[in-house]
Amino acid sequence: MSKSYYEPSDLGKFGDIKDFQPELAEKFFGYYNSVFQEGALSEREKSLIALAVAHAVQCPYCIDAYTSTSLEKGSDEEEMMEAIHVAAAIKGGAALVHGVQMMNKAKDMSM
Amino acid sequence: MKSLKALNNPLSTGQKQLDLLHKGTSETYKPPLFVDTIEPTGHFPMKAKGVEVLQINMGKMCNQVCKHCHVDAGPDRQEIMTRATLELCLNVLKNESITTVDLTGGAPEMNPEFRWFVTEASALGKHIIVRCNLTILLANKKYNDLPQFFKQHKVEVVSSLPHFSARRTDAQRGEGVFEKSIKALQMLNAVGYGSGDLLLNLVYNPSGAFLPPAQASLERDFKKKLKDQYGIEFGQLFAITNMPISRYLDYLVASGQYEDYMTQLVDAYNPMAVEHVMCRTTLSVGWDGQLYDCDFNQMLEINCSGTKNKHIADFDLEALENRNILLDQHCYGCTAGAGSSCGGEVV
Ligand code: SF4
Ligand code: SF4
Repeated sequence: MSKSYYEPSDLGKFGDIKDFQPELAEKFFGYYNSVFQEGALSEREKSLIALAVAHAVQCPYCIDAYTSTSLEKGSDEEEMMEAIHVAAAIKGGAALVHGVQMMNKAKDMSM
Repeated sequence: MKSLKALNNPLSTGQKQLDLLHKGTSETYKPPLFVDTIEPTGHFPMKAKGVEVLQINMGKMCNQVCKHCHVDAGPDRQEIMTRATLELCLNVLKNESITTVDLTGGAPEMNPEFRWFVTEASALGKHIIVRCNLTILLANKKYNDLPQFFKQHKVEVVSSLPHFSARRTDAQRGEGVFEKSIKALQMLNAVGYGSGDLLLNLVYNPSGAFLPPAQASLERDFKKKLKDQYGIEFGQLFAITNMPISRYLDYLVASGQYEDYMTQLVDAYNPMAVEHVMCRTTLSVGWDGQLYDCDFNQMLEINCSGTKNKHIADFDLEALENRNILLDQHCYGCTAGAGSSCGGEVV
């Protein structure tokens, strides 16, 4: 058992998930690779989206991986930080918009 | 910032760089030998296919001291090609099979014989490429009219701009370089470079320990950003891989990323790139007239093979066209991903 829940070296072992279930892993990685191919969006744009989502789901592996990939695909620090602000705005907005639910409930319960 | 040579850094010698490339930075890491890796392609021993491009290093002096420079160039370097050696180069250029002369440095424009040489090579009908670092156009009044001079001789200008962001460009090439590079590109655009038959091509190379992305999509991004923000037009973007030699090698070792970078190069080995490596059609001439398979071998002090193929004074086209190329571990830089050459991707 490792001493920490997150080991940086575990990122490189992602492919090992196939050891316990090869068929589904193969399907997943095939799909994953297709998703990140150049399409209507460029690889660079896709990696910026992935970087933003990585922050939204707060996955240290994904943050590590998509910081590297974003730089490799030609993005700069400004673009990367703006992408994270998009994630933060949506996460913050998602929390706040539920404020309306709170308000509705509070109004219902009050005189 | 100073050159490795001025700092007496051991990596300023070719032999020490080669030792490091063979021994690595730890006992446990031993990448496969490049020559073993390419064996199945049938290209070992690797033969030259001809001499179409003569790449001339006009000197190691430069107004910049970029962190990744494979030449270890800078203002503190004194090595410069003399007129006598340039005359030998002109003599060689009379061979019709050599169609292109590629001028590099350092900043080749700082060689006092630069304009004379370009004029002479142009009179021979050669296609001339100048690897212009852009900031030289603004470094001194005497260089301000270079765009007109280039235009007069239809010189192809190839210039490094590692990023469309100031931060990433300056991090690699020095404080304030981005802003000056943009001004220089606008000066070149102003005389007609970047459209029509006046070729202005840019070079992207990663500002860190990673490999370049696909050239075509990066070119689209560069075109859009430079046009939208600065009104700049250019032709092609060449995506070039940083070679693990000289100052870039020093950076990799100092930042603890040497093994990781070599692993990236080895993992990205592409057998399709092997037959297109640039040394098969290019010959590199050092500032002192010595001959090399490429600019990288020049910096590692690996002369061409063959007893006669050592100096431009002894130039023998037939012997050079049939020479064996001398490959070593740094060559992984030319075969990673889509391959890399002075003209960008090769496959
Ligand atoms: S401009 Fe070119 S030659 Fe000069 S230091 Fe930078 S990379 Fe080296
Ligand atoms: S480093 Fe030079 S010799 Fe090696 S493959 Fe590249 S161009 Fe050829």
